[in-house]
Parts: sequence; structure tokens; C-alpha cells
Amino acid sequence: MKVPTMAELFAAGKPPEILFWVGCAGSFDDRAKKITKAFVQILNKAGVSFAVLGTEESCTGDPAKRAGNEFLFQMQAMTNIEVLNGYEVKKVVTACPHCFNTIKNEYPGLGGNYEVVHHTQFLRQLLEEGKISLEGGKYKGKRITYHDPCYLGRGNQVYEAPRELIRKLDAELVEMKSCKQRGLCCGAGGAQMFKEPEKGDKDINIARTEQAIDVQPEIIAAACPFCNTMMTDGVKNKEKEASIAVMDIAELIASAENL
Amino acid sequence: MLYLPNILFIILLVAGIGYFARNVARLRKNIKLGKEVDVSDNPAQRWKNMAKIALGQTKMVVRPIAGALHVIVYLGFIIINIEVLEIIIDGIFGTHRIFAPLGAIYDVLIASFEILAFLVIVAVMLFWIRRNIIRLRRFIKPEMKGWPKTDANLILYIEVVLMVLFLTMNGADYRLQQMDVAHYTQAGVFPISQFIGSFFDGMSVSSLILVERTAWWLHIAGILFFLNYLYFSKHLHILLAFPNTYFGRLKPQGQFRNLDAVTQEVKLMLDPSADPFAAPAEGEEEAEPEKFGASDVMDLSWVQLLSAYTCTECGRCTDECPANQTGKKLSPRKIMMDTRDRLEAVGKNIAANKGQFVADGKQLLNDYITPEELWACTTCNACVQACPVSIDPLSIIMDMRQYLVMEQSAAPTDLNNMMGNLENNGAPWPFNQMDRLNWAEGK
Repeated sequence: MKVPTMAELFAAGKPPEILFWVGCAGSFDDRAKKITKAFVQILNKAGVSFAVLGTEESCTGDPAKRAGNEFLFQMQAMTNIEVLNGYEVKKVVTACPHCFNTIKNEYPGLGGNYEVVHHTQFLRQLLEEGKISLEGGKYKGKRITYHDPCYLGRGNQVYEAPRELIRKLDAELVEMKSCKQRGLCCGAGGAQMFKEPEKGDKDINIARTEQAIDVQPEIIAAACPFCNTMMTDGVKNKEKEASIAVMDIAELIASAENL
Repeated sequence: MLYLPNILFIILLVAGIGYFARNVARLRKNIKLGKEVDVSDNPAQRWKNMAKIALGQTKMVVRPIAGALHVIVYLGFIIINIEVLEIIIDGIFGTHRIFAPLGAIYDVLIASFEILAFLVIVAVMLFWIRRNIIRLRRFIKPEMKGWPKTDANLILYIEVVLMVLFLTMNGADYRLQQMDVAHYTQAGVFPISQFIGSFFDGMSVSSLILVERTAWWLHIAGILFFLNYLYFSKHLHILLAFPNTYFGRLKPQGQFRNLDAVTQEVKLMLDPSADPFAAPAEGEEEAEPEKFGASDVMDLSWVQLLSAYTCTECGRCTDECPANQTGKKLSPRKIMMDTRDRLEAVGKNIAANKGQFVADGKQLLNDYITPEELWACTTCNACVQACPVSIDPLSIIMDMRQYLVMEQSAAPTDLNNMMGNLENNGAPWPFNQMDRLNWAEGK
């Protein structure tokens, strides 16, 4: 797969227009790697001038910050900012709402100022510019419900871009009981992804999956690698994996385009 | 003797307002125990938020039933207060319906007060039913036992009593007007209380005057009592909702504050030329290292403390909280109530010890809010979004997590592992940073 790195392009004197920030999940998590690849396929198809940091990328520090470790967060942030500023990065796109939120909102105060967009916003823009088309009708009439990632939705008021893309697939978008501003968390945020939940009646991802199952979707669309994991686990727990798929918006578009 | 009622009224008024002023001073003092925070930015947006959220009730109506009922009581409260102005002037000067010369406008005003008063009684009854008969989930959570429950019901009872007194006063007044009794000049239209008037059939003028005067006095005394009840009640929100929405968050909800004290230290650590053992520069005292995060109310900002007093315990935050919905101990409302209760205790401690806080062996962390509650939060911002008066319980949770991690190294083991990985490999999992691009291999 053709994935240019920032170091290569910069050395060749051809810095790209956009940095694709892959994130830890997108780099290491087997499920999330598929999302990363799907997104890169779309970028290549659309002829976008982009690069990744590759081995120079490091965690944004989001899980450390939400866990209360401001030191570790700022260490990560300042190291990353040094790398990004070194490459004179102007625009960052990422498929992870946590990376998106952190770089967009929390890096400027530490000297990192970039235009940061989430991949659903970027894909919508590609669609508007006619660089990708969503013909073929692979998802025509399919019931798709969209799960709002907290750090994309409430955190940054991005509700429409992913929904527009789903509608453009000619799919039937159905909303869960809690959606948009009142969307229910998948249970992974605030560093919960990396720890056992506190004692309770039920896991949050199960509660959210139940809300999804209630609207009888064929596909649960996600826009965050962590939500994806949580919802996939939830669907497995409910033994619905044969009838309900959990897919990232980028995967929906890549497969609609037969990439 | 002629001016006795006027004098009595002025004494009552001054005492009522004076005691309230004392309460406000106490409130200010306690809120000022919080840390300084700069909220001087973007006043235009802040006024707009206050106008929309507090005055315009935009977030109340997200829940249509509670929202509509609340708008009725809120409008009733605001508009009927115009009538209180007239009552105060009448009380001081012994006049009868001093605004009567407004004529048609006066009729409209009185008529709308009456209709609102009636609607308020209906709304308050429905509120009571929701709380005590239907027992909505958010009203019967563990933190709503004892005083918070009593307080909520007392407020409803007081409101009904005040409205009934208001209508009784008007009903008797209207009867006296019809009977051409001296002093009771004809003024106002009474669409609701004219029906109460029928209870007074066959009553003598003197009995009617007694009813009218009793209701009038009890009504104004009740209002002054209610004013002074606020400080001891969640009902403070009727005042504090305004400053709280003004000082509320302007930045995206996803953006958490970067700690400046940490920034300085991290810059020093990353600067290869910095000498960590260097003596402080001439004339520069080595400052006491700042405490990271919050373990007690004095570590929070004054805006957070203002929010604690503003909270009216409606429980929308807790209702929307994913941790609470799945049976965890965390309740964002309890975070705010605990903060307020602790602040009250600290305020009393300071008052009892001549302006100095004397350690009482307690703090907000552990004695009020447990780490188990703090660690159950997913930082999803549902509570922040849900609050109709711009309270940010998440900011308090985060400040306390920072204290646990940075001052006490008391993170759950799983999180320590995650942070260890992050420190060593630049990822929350134990993968090598050099393998970051391996996903691109193959197809």
C-alpha cells in the first residue's frame, strides 16, 4: 500500500498538503488498522496530497490527560508539536475523534496551531468537490444507525458530516433513542478503554448496543476506533454479529467505491 | 396608631431584606474561597449565553414536559414580582393599589398575574406528582434522600401557599371593591379570584377586610421568608442561574484546560540547556510548588464553587450519565451537591474560627467524593450538555483525578500500565514505536 511519510516527502522537497494523523489505535489495533487502510485507499483514489508521520508519530496524550496525568499529556503534546512544527504542518486529518479533539483544542495552547479536521468532515469535503463519488448503490436502502463519538459530537459539535455521508450512500439512516447532543457514550472515553469498569449493573457498551439493536440496523456506523471496538464487543455479546456489522464511515465509503 | 401598619411593614421589609443581604455576603465569601480564574474574555458571547440559557430557558425545554411546566413557574415568578413592587409601595404608604391609575394596562397586568398564579398552582402540583407519585428515576436517587427531598417539596408547598394567598387577597379585595367600601377603590380585572369571591358570600365588610388584610400580610411576609429560605436551599438557582450561565464554558466541551504550572515544568524538562539544579535567580524566591489538581473546595475555581451553589438538583446530568445509567456510583449531581455541602462546612469552620480555616480532618476527596465515583467517568460531557444552567461537573471530576494521579500516584493499576506504555512506547499499549507503520505493509 502506497503510504508516503512526512520524512520522505519533506526530504524530497515536496511537502504534502495534508498530514494524516493515524493515531495509536489506527496504527496498532487490528480492527482499527482496517479503518486506516480504507481511509488511505480513499485518499489515494481522490489523489489527495498527504503523508503520515509513521514512526515519528506518538500518542497525542489524550488518555493520559483524561486519566489526570497532565504531565505525561504535556510531555507527549510538546514532543509531537515539535515534530509537527518541524515539518511545517498546516492541516491535519485524523480518523480518531480523540486525536482530533486533542490536536485541535489542546495543542494550540502549547504552541501547536493547525487546521484539524476529522476524516468524516474531510470525506464530505472530497464528496462536495467531486473527488469521490458514492455511486454503485451497494448500501442502497440498508438500515444504518450512526453512533456519535462523544469527542466528535458533544465535544466539537460535529453531528452532520458523518450523517450526510450515510445519506449519500442512499442508505436508510435510523437514529437511536439517544443521539446527537444526547448521544450515549460507548464507554471507552476518559481512558476507560484501558481499564476495567467500576462496579455496576451493566457495561456501558452493552447499554449502547441495546439502544442500537432497538432500531434494528443492518449496520452500526462508527466514526471512532474506540467506539468501533466497544460496539463490536457489544454486538458479539448480544450474539448479533451475523446480522449487524459495525463499520467505520471510511470503510462504508471505501467499500461503496469498491476500493 | 394611624401609621402602625406602615411602620410594622417597613420593619418587616428591612429585616427581611437585611437578613437576605447577610446571606448574600456569606455566599460571596464562600465562593471567593475558590481559586482565581480569568473569565473576562468575550463578554458579548457571555451576555448572549445568559440571555439565551437563563433568561430564555433554552436548555430547560430540551425536556418538553418539565420544560413547559418550568417556563410557567419561571414566568409566574418574574411577572408576579411586578405586583410585589406595588404591594411594597402600598405597604409603605398605606395606599390601595397605587398602580391603578394605569387604567387598562393595570387591568391587563392584574388579569395576567391572576392567570399566571393559577397556572403556577397547576404546574407546581404536577411537579409534586412527578416527584412523589410518579417518582421519576432522577428524583429518587440515593443523593436525594433527607434534606434534598424535603427541600424540593417545601419549595413546592411554599409556592402554592404564596399563590393561594395572592388569589385570596385579590378575591377579597374584589368583593370589597364591588361593595364600594372606602379605601378599596375599583381597580383591576380578576379573572381567577372572582370565583374565590363566591366563598365570601354573606360575609360582613369587616370580616372581608380581615381576610383581605390577613392574606395581604401573609403573602408579603411569605415572600420575604422565601427570599431568606433561598440560601439554605437548592432554590438559590433562581438567582445564581444568571451569573452561572454568564461565567459558563465558552470553549468546545471537548477542550480540557492545560495546566500552566505543568507547562513550565515540562518545558524545563524538555529544554536540553536547562539546569534542574540551578539556584533560583537573584532576588527570586523559590516558590512553593503548586498543588496539582483538587482534593478540597479551596483547590477549585470560584466559578466551580458558584456552580455548586447554583445547582438545583434537577438531576438531568445524572439521568444522562452513562456511568450512572449502568449502575455505577458516579452521579454528576452528587459531585455538585458534595462540593456545595463541603463548601458550606468550610465556610462555617472559617466563621467559627475568626476568619481562619482550621483543619477539620476532612476534605472533599474521600470524605465526600470517593475515587470510585471519579474513576467511573467516561468524560463524555453528557452531564455538561444536560445542565440547564451551564454547570460543568466534569471539570471537578477532572481536577480531582489530577490530584489522585499527580499528587498521590493513586491511579487504578490498569491506568498505570497504560501510562507506563505511553511513556515508554508512545502508545497506550505495549507496542514498539518503530512498528507504527507496519499496518501499511502488504496490500
